[in-house]
Amino acid sequence: MKKLFSLLLAVVVCFAFFSVLDLPVYAAKEPPAEGGPLPVIKLPVPKSPEEKNYLGLKGEGSFTIPQIKAKVVIIEIFSMYCPYCQNEAPRVNELYNAIENNPDLKGKIKIIGIGAGNTPMEVDIFRKKFQIAFPLFPDVDYSIHKVCGEVRTPYFIGVKINENGSHEVIYSRLGSIEDANKFLDLILQRSGMKKEGS
Amino acid sequence: MAKKSIPIFASLFLLLFVSLSYGISEIYKDYIYQPGTLKPVDSKTKLRVGDRAPDFTLPSISGEKVSLSQYQGKKNVVISFVPAAWTPVCSDQWPGYNLVKDMFDEHDAILLGITVDNIPTLYAWTRPMGNIWFPVLSDFWPHGKVAKKYGVLRSNGVSERALFVIDKKGIIRYIDVHDINKRPPLEDLVRELDKLKNN
Repeated sequence: MKKLFSLLLAVVVCFAFFSVLDLPVYAAKEPPAEGGPLPVIKLPVPKSPEEKNYLGLKGEGSFTIPQIKAKVVIIEIFSMYCPYCQNEAPRVNELYNAIENNPDLKGKIKIIGIGAGNTPMEVDIFRKKFQIAFPLFPDVDYSIHKVCGEVRTPYFIGVKINENGSHEVIYSRLGSIEDANKFLDLILQRSGMKKEGS
Repeated sequence: MAKKSIPIFASLFLLLFVSLSYGISEIYKDYIYQPGTLKPVDSKTKLRVGDRAPDFTLPSISGEKVSLSQYQGKKNVVISFVPAAWTPVCSDQWPGYNLVKDMFDEHDAILLGITVDNIPTLYAWTRPMGNIWFPVLSDFWPHGKVAKKYGVLRSNGVSERALFVIDKKGIIRYIDVHDINKRPPLEDLVRELDKLKNN
């Protein structure tokens, strides 16, 4: 009985410890499923006014993905050390430009990158090398990578954000987006921003 | 009761907090062998900062032999020992260095990548990394001779994950025998190369 009590106490204390630290407690076994919710991903509000403005955020501290001012957020989990991510960077830039140059889409679809295991300097190198205009966030301790199922990279997650603040994963897949325009079309259809066949 | 609870707390902490997490690139798909968490360091180098770097000559995947001494008086040298081809962290370390050739150039430095694998293995493993600008050297035979000379050969015959920064005079200026399970942050290497620039 005493042993059982010790075990229960240990569990409670450990969970309390992690809650206080605001750390993800465990690694997810699977990546976020399409049709389901996104795990809680807390990111620091960018210091750069341009990035803050792009994401529609105010103040300081942290934010979660559904707080981004957009109908759809595309998250790329990448690493500066990943050759596929290096090859993919121009294609993702093409996607970003296709969105930003379309007045109907600008402001409605946002892209962010999360550098799995990357330090701020490593993320910054990736940004400068490939002239990436959308916000990139370092995930030094892999904590976000863990809650996203420790996916290989590059991994893309599309999240539809509803007006009532709820959200849904509409795309969750490993590997290249292949064709920026076709990918964008798919996102538009899955998010309901464009009806199929239109 | 408090004493009895310690192992339970420790086990739970490890279970909850420690997890293998590699940002492995899709480039290698399922071809990467997962060795699990290894003893962080399994050797003890006798080399110290300020020592002369032991010279060596090793074959490279491009077919040429490369000696440390050929860079003396010409280039600073960064030696990157990685434990083995086709393993998780190693496969995600050199592609990053491959992206920052300009950083090495700015510091008038060359990078020498060394593992104890043989040339065909190294060739096949590095192909998907793209055009690698730095020499990739095989310390396969006599097995791990250079790693041993540098004091970074582990008891199972692979090398540590280690970085040595050597100045143009051939003197060791930085040693990082890193936790084999983790990739050394680029910040550390840049800081050490900056020190050479400032001297």
